[in-house]
Amino acid sequence: MQIETALLIEWVVKSTILIFALLTGFAYTTFYERRLLALIQVRIGPNRTGPFGFLQPAADGLKLIFKEELIPANAYKFVFILAPILTVIPALIIMAVVPWGGAIELFGRQIALGLTDINVAILYLLSVASISVYGIVLAGWSSDNKYAMMGGLRSSAQMLSYELSLGLAFVVPILLAGSMSLNQIIEAQRGVWFIFYQPIAALVFYIAMLAEVNRAPFDMPEAEQELTAGYHTEYSGMKFSLFFMGEYMKMIAVSAIFATLFLGGYRGPFVDTYPLLGPLYLFLKVFLSLGLMIWIRATLPRLRYDRLMAFGWKILLPLSILNVFVTAVIIVVFGL
Amino acid sequence: MLDQWLFVGIFVSIAAVFPLLPLVMARFLAPRKPNRIKQETYECGIETVGDTWVQFKIQYYVYALVFLIFDIETVFLYPWAVSFDVLPLFAVFEGVLFILILAAGLFYAWRKGALEWS
Amino acid sequence: MTADLILFFGLAAVAIGAALGMLLSKNAVYSALFLILNFATVAVFFLLLGAPFIAMAQVAVYAGAIMVLFLFVIMLLGAEQLLTSHKSGWQRPIAILLTLVLLVESIYLIFGRGRLLSQVAPVASDYASPEAIGELLFSRYLLPFEVTSILLLVAMVGVIVLIKKPKANN
Repeated sequence: MQIETALLIEWVVKSTILIFALLTGFAYTTFYERRLLALIQVRIGPNRTGPFGFLQPAADGLKLIFKEELIPANAYKFVFILAPILTVIPALIIMAVVPWGGAIELFGRQIALGLTDINVAILYLLSVASISVYGIVLAGWSSDNKYAMMGGLRSSAQMLSYELSLGLAFVVPILLAGSMSLNQIIEAQRGVWFIFYQPIAALVFYIAMLAEVNRAPFDMPEAEQELTAGYHTEYSGMKFSLFFMGEYMKMIAVSAIFATLFLGGYRGPFVDTYPLLGPLYLFLKVFLSLGLMIWIRATLPRLRYDRLMAFGWKILLPLSILNVFVTAVIIVVFGL
Repeated sequence: MLDQWLFVGIFVSIAAVFPLLPLVMARFLAPRKPNRIKQETYECGIETVGDTWVQFKIQYYVYALVFLIFDIETVFLYPWAVSFDVLPLFAVFEGVLFILILAAGLFYAWRKGALEWS
Repeated sequence: MTADLILFFGLAAVAIGAALGMLLSKNAVYSALFLILNFATVAVFFLLLGAPFIAMAQVAVYAGAIMVLFLFVIMLLGAEQLLTSHKSGWQRPIAILLTLVLLVESIYLIFGRGRLLSQVAPVASDYASPEAIGELLFSRYLLPFEVTSILLLVAMVGVIVLIKKPKANN
C-alpha cells in the first residue's frame, strides 16, 4: 500500500474543504431556515446582525460558546458528553461518498471532485444512517430525565422505522444504474433524471429522509407539548449546539444524497466542458431541497406519534416494497 | 480500491476529532459555576419523581426486532439489484420471490397487530 | 507491508480491548457500547481483507441494527446495573475450560497447519465486488439464500408469537 505524498495532501485538503463546507452550510442553513420561515409567516426574521442579518449565525455561535454547560448530577457523565459527538460524526462522514463534480485539472494533476468513489457507496450510506441512531438513544438514556429518555426512544424507534423505507428506496436507483457507486448512478442519469423514471421512489425517499433527520412533520424531539425538548432536554451550551449542528448537517447531507440519487447529482448543462460547474449545480439542488424542507416545516403540523409509526410501517414500507417489486418486473418485461 | 477506503478512513478520523474542538473551546471560554440546584434533573422545571430508568413499552423492542429482520433482507437485496442485468431470468425471479416473502412477513406482522401502537 | 502490519495490530489491540471492556463492564449499556466498537473494528478487518461489501453489511446489520436491539432490550428491562451479588458458581469453570480449548485449537490451526494457508491461490482483484457477490449469491448459493429468507420469515413469526398478549387469560 504505497501512497504518494501529493495524493495524501490532496485528500487531507479535500477532507478539510468538505468539513468547512458542511460547517458553513450548517451555519447558513439555520439562517436560511429562519429567514424563509419568517417570509412564509409574513415576518422579517433576523436582519440586524451585519448586512441582511448575514452575521446572525456567527452571533448565535458566539453566544452559545459563552454559555455555561450543565450536566445533571445523576447523569452518566461520559456517555452524556459522548452522545453529541456521536451525533455529529455520522452527519459528517456520510458525505464522504457523495461526489461534488467531475474531474478537474490542477497543478498538472487530475483531481476528482469528491472524496472517494467506492463500489458499495449505497451500502455505506445505509450503514452510516444506521449508526446515527446511537447519539440520540444514548443522549436520552444518559441524561437521567424522563422526557429525555422517552424522547430519545421515540426518536430512535422512528429513525429505525423509516430507515427501512429509505433502504428499500435505495434499491431502485441501484436497479436502474446497475451499480452501487454514486458516480455511476450519476452517470446513468446523463439523459433523464431518475426522479422522472421513479417518482414514487423519490417521494418515499424524501419522506423517509425527513423522518431520518427528525424534521417536521416528524420532529419528535421538538414535540414541546409532550416531551419538552426530547433527547436534548438536559443539554446546554456547546453540547446542545453539537446536536443542532448534527441535525442541520444531516439535512444538508440527505439533500445532497437525494440530489445525487434522483436529481442527477452534480450534472447539469455544460458540466462536461466546465467541470467546476458541478459543485455549483449540486449546491443549487441542495439549496432547493433544503428550501422544500423548510417549506414543509412551515406548512404541515406535527404527526401524533402512533400515527407517525403507523404511517411508516403501514403506508411507506408497503409502498416501497411494492415499488421495488413493480420496478423489477417492469425492467424484466420491457427489458429497459 | 483499498486506497479509496484509506481516504474514507482519513476522513472518518478527521471527522471524529472535529466535534471535540467546540467542546474544548467551550471548556476554556464558558463559565463553570455548578451548584447543587443547577445540576438537578430538569432544572427549573417540576422536580422529578421516581427513577428515570424504568421499564417501558415492549412496542419499542418489537419495532427494533422487526427492523432488524427487514434490514438484513434489504442488505441482501442490494447485490441482487446490482447484478440484475447480468443475472439469468431464473435468478431475477428468485429475487422477486425474496421480495414477496418480505412482503408476506410484513403482512403477517400487520395482521397479528405487531405494528399497532397500542 | 509494515504499515499494514501496524494498522492490523493496532486494530487487533482495539478489538481485544473492546471485547475485554464488554466483558468487564459493570454497566450493561457500557458493555453494549464496547461491543459496538468491537463490531466496528471487525468491519475494518474485513476492509483490510478486501471485502468491502461484508464490512459494510457488518456495520449496517451488527453495529447498527442488532446493537440497537440490544440497547433497547437493556433499556426495556431497566437492567443497566448488574447486581454484584449475582454469581453463578458453575459457569466460570466451564467458561475457562472452553476458552482453553478454543485457545489450543487456534494455536494448533495457526502454527500446526499454518502451512496450508500460504498455499491458497491469490484471488481475482474483483472477487468481492457487489456484482460478483450478486452473481454468486443468485447462482451457486441460491438455495441457502432462499432458505435464509424463509429463516427470516420464521424469525419474524417467532417475534410476533412471543410478544403476543395472552388474550384468553386476561
